[in-house]
Amino acid sequence: MSNMFRTCPDTGLKVHGPAEALIKANAVAAVVFLLIGGLFGLLVALTRWQAIHLLPADLFYLALTAHGADVLVFWMIFFEIALLYFASAVLLNCRLATPRIAWVAFALMLGGAVMANVAVLQGESSVMFTSYVPMKAAPHFYLGLILFAVGALVATAVFFGTLVIAKQEKTYTGSVPLVTFGAVTAAIIAVYTIASGAIILIPTFLWSLGLVGEIDTLTYRIVWWGFGHSSQQINVAAMVSVWYAIGALTVGSKPISEKVSRAAFLLYICFLLLASAHHLLVDPGISSEWKVFNTSYALFLAVLGSMIHGMSVPGAIEVAQRKNGFTQGLFGWLRKAPWGNPAFAGMFLSVILFGFLGGITGVIMGTEQLNIIIHNTLYVPGHFHGTVVAGSTLAFMAITYLIVPLIFRRELIFKRLAQWQPYLFGLGAMGISVFMMAAGTLGVSRRHWDMAFSDAPFAFDYPPAAFMMMGLNGIFAIIASIGGVAFIVIVVGSILFGKKRDEETARANPVVFQGGGATVSSHGAADEVKIPGTTILVAVFFLSFVLYYFVNWKYLSEVWPLS
Amino acid sequence: MTDSIQPDEQGGAEAEERIPAMQSLLDNPFLLLFIGVAVPTVLYTVWGVMEVAHIPIAN
Repeated sequence: MSNMFRTCPDTGLKVHGPAEALIKANAVAAVVFLLIGGLFGLLVALTRWQAIHLLPADLFYLALTAHGADVLVFWMIFFEIALLYFASAVLLNCRLATPRIAWVAFALMLGGAVMANVAVLQGESSVMFTSYVPMKAAPHFYLGLILFAVGALVATAVFFGTLVIAKQEKTYTGSVPLVTFGAVTAAIIAVYTIASGAIILIPTFLWSLGLVGEIDTLTYRIVWWGFGHSSQQINVAAMVSVWYAIGALTVGSKPISEKVSRAAFLLYICFLLLASAHHLLVDPGISSEWKVFNTSYALFLAVLGSMIHGMSVPGAIEVAQRKNGFTQGLFGWLRKAPWGNPAFAGMFLSVILFGFLGGITGVIMGTEQLNIIIHNTLYVPGHFHGTVVAGSTLAFMAITYLIVPLIFRRELIFKRLAQWQPYLFGLGAMGISVFMMAAGTLGVSRRHWDMAFSDAPFAFDYPPAAFMMMGLNGIFAIIASIGGVAFIVIVVGSILFGKKRDEETARANPVVFQGGGATVSSHGAADEVKIPGTTILVAVFFLSFVLYYFVNWKYLSEVWPLS
Repeated sequence: MTDSIQPDEQGGAEAEERIPAMQSLLDNPFLLLFIGVAVPTVLYTVWGVMEVAHIPIAN
């Protein structure tokens, strides 16, 4: 058994060989689907840029379906399974439970993802990511998603099994590390999410085969969004774990209060999933009590969790940086942060962009009265490009810059390009999010092939500014795509051609802050809490939040003028 | 929950502090799993589907 472990020269952690192989396999699969889904996304953006209007209608909806499935589900969940194995087997210094079953799970996920992609590319399943009934896709589209969901559920069970093994074999003492606790949160959310997906997609698959007469559209939407939106909540929990992990590994940060950070994760466990309801705020047949409770009450408790993490992560970095000697002024710790390290830069940009773009706008959409002014407009994808692309994807890219040297044991190639990549991708993602939301505020519909309404029997003109917003969205999509391609070139190139990393290389070129391995794999908070700089950053955030909230009430007041 | 101190099995001076209830909850992933699945299942899925099921069918 002992020869199945190696000791990482950078972190000092014991790494279980089969766990390492599974982390590699899931991470590689994730990056492949990011590439495919990202390219489809570029085609979508270039079609919605009216001056280019690249694809015909049928191919536009095909590309939109593939883009949604590949990046919102396959890229994210493959990567999250890799993170679950890392946060359990590696951080708890134990063996992975049932590696063979974990490989079966991987095969199911890969087979399902390929099958769903084939179904979409065959052209008879352009039902978009939501696949609302009564639109009907080919049976193997639903079957692919079901196989993927079952595989992911099995992989999550392997994660929980690994926690049991670590406890039984006493490979850690006390509580699990905070990063592992965040992974537990992500795994719990994944169980509900995947179960919801299976509950609704299995009868829909049977319906596509003609074995079930009909699927109720309202019931479909409720249960499907338990899968569709909740899958993005797995991303949020995993992303926050990644923030804490990168902080520990790059500057040696510990949470300013581990108890409070755990309580924030508990708020996610209890309330984050209820946010799915904001997609149904204009659906008939569902009471205001259900809508308001699930969004404007329960959702805000989950938002409280996010705001705690939003203060805790930069606060922890400030404490660590001050301890490291960067004590000058309010923001000396921030100026002297390792901005040339793509892992740190990507993580910090992810914190900022997620909070300001995805977080604030999520609250706007979750407020029943305000939701009506942007419901089903481009504001919605603008919001989730702020959470999923500028937030989760950027964070996952950032930790990949640590996974390549620590798990794949390869030196990064094109290091100068790697330093720029998070800024390039972050800028592109920020622009996509901002300009989609701006277009949505001007009323531009989401999922619409032709905003000029060329062949429509009734003429309708969006304001000229809306066309400009879509052009800017296209330009920033190109910037994000260049950043995405750079990431894939660096990562794949490093894995294939990077210099092999041994103990000598690790000593000469450390990628982890001294003691970072022990920090990330243990529990405990920072000794001293002095965060004046973070307090100011948080005050700026709150001010922006309040202003934007009231600006949207102003917009609402203009919908129905009273005078 | 009290902060009572219990002697160890050997009856020596070393005492074991009782784990607070909140920490016991946070240290139990399977209890958290139950809560994390039960809360949205009841408040979102079951409540929502029940509302749809109670919509009268048009004649």
